[in-house]
Amino acid sequence: MVKLTFVSSDGTHRDVEIAEGETAREAAIFNDVPGIDGDCGGVCACATCHVHVDQAWIEKVGRLEEGGGEAELLQFAEGANEYSRLACQIPIEIELEGLILHVPEQQY
Amino acid sequence: MSIDTTELDTAEKIATIPIEQIDVARPSLFQKDTIGLFFDRLRREEPVHYCRESYVGPYWSITKFDDIMAVDTNHKVFSSEAKLGGIAIQDMHSVEGGLELEMFIAMDPPKHDQQRKAVTSAVAPSNLQLLEPTIRERACQILDELPVGEDFDWVDKVSIELTTMTLATLFDFPWEERRKLTRWSDITTAAPETGIVESYDARREELIECAMYFKGLWEQRINEEPKNDLISIMAHSPATRDMPFLEFLGNLLLLIVGGNDTTRNSISGGVLALNQNPDEYRKLNGDPSLITSMVPEIIRWQTPLTHMRRTALEDWEIGGKQIMKGDKVVMWYLSGNRDETVIDRADEFIINRTNPRHHLSFGYGIHRCMGNRLAELQLRIVWEEIHKRFAKVEVTGEPERLFSNLVRGITKLPVRLHAR
Repeated sequence: MVKLTFVSSDGTHRDVEIAEGETAREAAIFNDVPGIDGDCGGVCACATCHVHVDQAWIEKVGRLEEGGGEAELLQFAEGANEYSRLACQIPIEIELEGLILHVPEQQY
Repeated sequence: MSIDTTELDTAEKIATIPIEQIDVARPSLFQKDTIGLFFDRLRREEPVHYCRESYVGPYWSITKFDDIMAVDTNHKVFSSEAKLGGIAIQDMHSVEGGLELEMFIAMDPPKHDQQRKAVTSAVAPSNLQLLEPTIRERACQILDELPVGEDFDWVDKVSIELTTMTLATLFDFPWEERRKLTRWSDITTAAPETGIVESYDARREELIECAMYFKGLWEQRINEEPKNDLISIMAHSPATRDMPFLEFLGNLLLLIVGGNDTTRNSISGGVLALNQNPDEYRKLNGDPSLITSMVPEIIRWQTPLTHMRRTALEDWEIGGKQIMKGDKVVMWYLSGNRDETVIDRADEFIINRTNPRHHLSFGYGIHRCMGNRLAELQLRIVWEEIHKRFAKVEVTGEPERLFSNLVRGITKLPVRLHAR
């Protein structure tokens, strides 16, 4: 299992565990982390699992690939910035132990 | 080829008709609400189905959830471009006397992306929070004025009124004239067969009147400081302020239709669904916190837009079928939303599903409904306020449905209110 932390817009920290091979979206959904909707089922089709990757982690997680499907969706999301990713597109590996993800105030 | 035949579609007939003769474009099937039987059969026997001959020409039907998702998210192969026919089963440009409207829902990137980004902020969650008190206050007013214990038409008095006033709020539209918005929304998607307009020429004239009206508002807003309403946003945003006239009109109408017809029919559809499922109505009365999960379930159940259409830009295989470049491909959301292989007990209305937002009614990918959170907000408010006031909204007569293969509309719903 890999440990990660979701930080909600009001500052609440939630530490969760998820098996390697799952995604950050599953980490949120399986552990009832509020603010991650994930309407489409995790196939990069709706942008309702938008997270801001903690600045210290962005290079390890990887930045949004310009022109890719994920970027196409995130361009319409409220509050999207250079640290934005879709949680369903972040596969969880052991290297990401301790990862911190910030949940935006609302999904859209 | 005539638009439609009027023979009755009995379950037996639908089960035995040769599969290649099935034509789900016929508007009467939606009006009679027998369409589900056809889709059940297609999903079972031929989920990707080719109809050779219909009043809208040949077309592919995509009927299963995952196949629809695959088409919807593949905009590089499946185009929304108006000039190729656009986003509805009936080509946008095939109609004589029609207006060549340009709207971003019927564009591909990059132009789609620029225009959508420009208007999206008006319905973004943070803006909705600002609007919620106004929407709720107006909803309360509408509900407080309803007669208790006597029959009236829910569609006219509640569904239309409520969505119209939300639109008027979004556009900061002159309040007393807000029913103009309803009319313009109705005629945008209407063909003469619906009885809503007399002819395409008459429709064109009304749309021009609509355009002129909005032009007036536009000129007023462009000379004022930028505000949060949609017209002001479009008048001031670099991406939209220099739009050619038909594009401006098209995008406005897109926002009107997008925010009107769909929510209206979901408000009516929810009342009908609860009456058809009295156990669910009891569940709701016992625990109003279920409204949160009931709202997306209503939107799935109603599927206010039955389909979206795409045009293939290259040959593509889907569900074992070979789609050819130039083919018309119809994603039947109404069918995908009843797909048992993805949605548990899909043909049942269940207000406490664990994953109720996993439905197709808003579409997926870059064209996903921009107002989806606003639609949910409106439905949530209306049900919260209904619950406070009425023990039951009882359906007292047969609903009437719209003659349309695109808008799944309820045109009349007789009800009687029971006070709490």
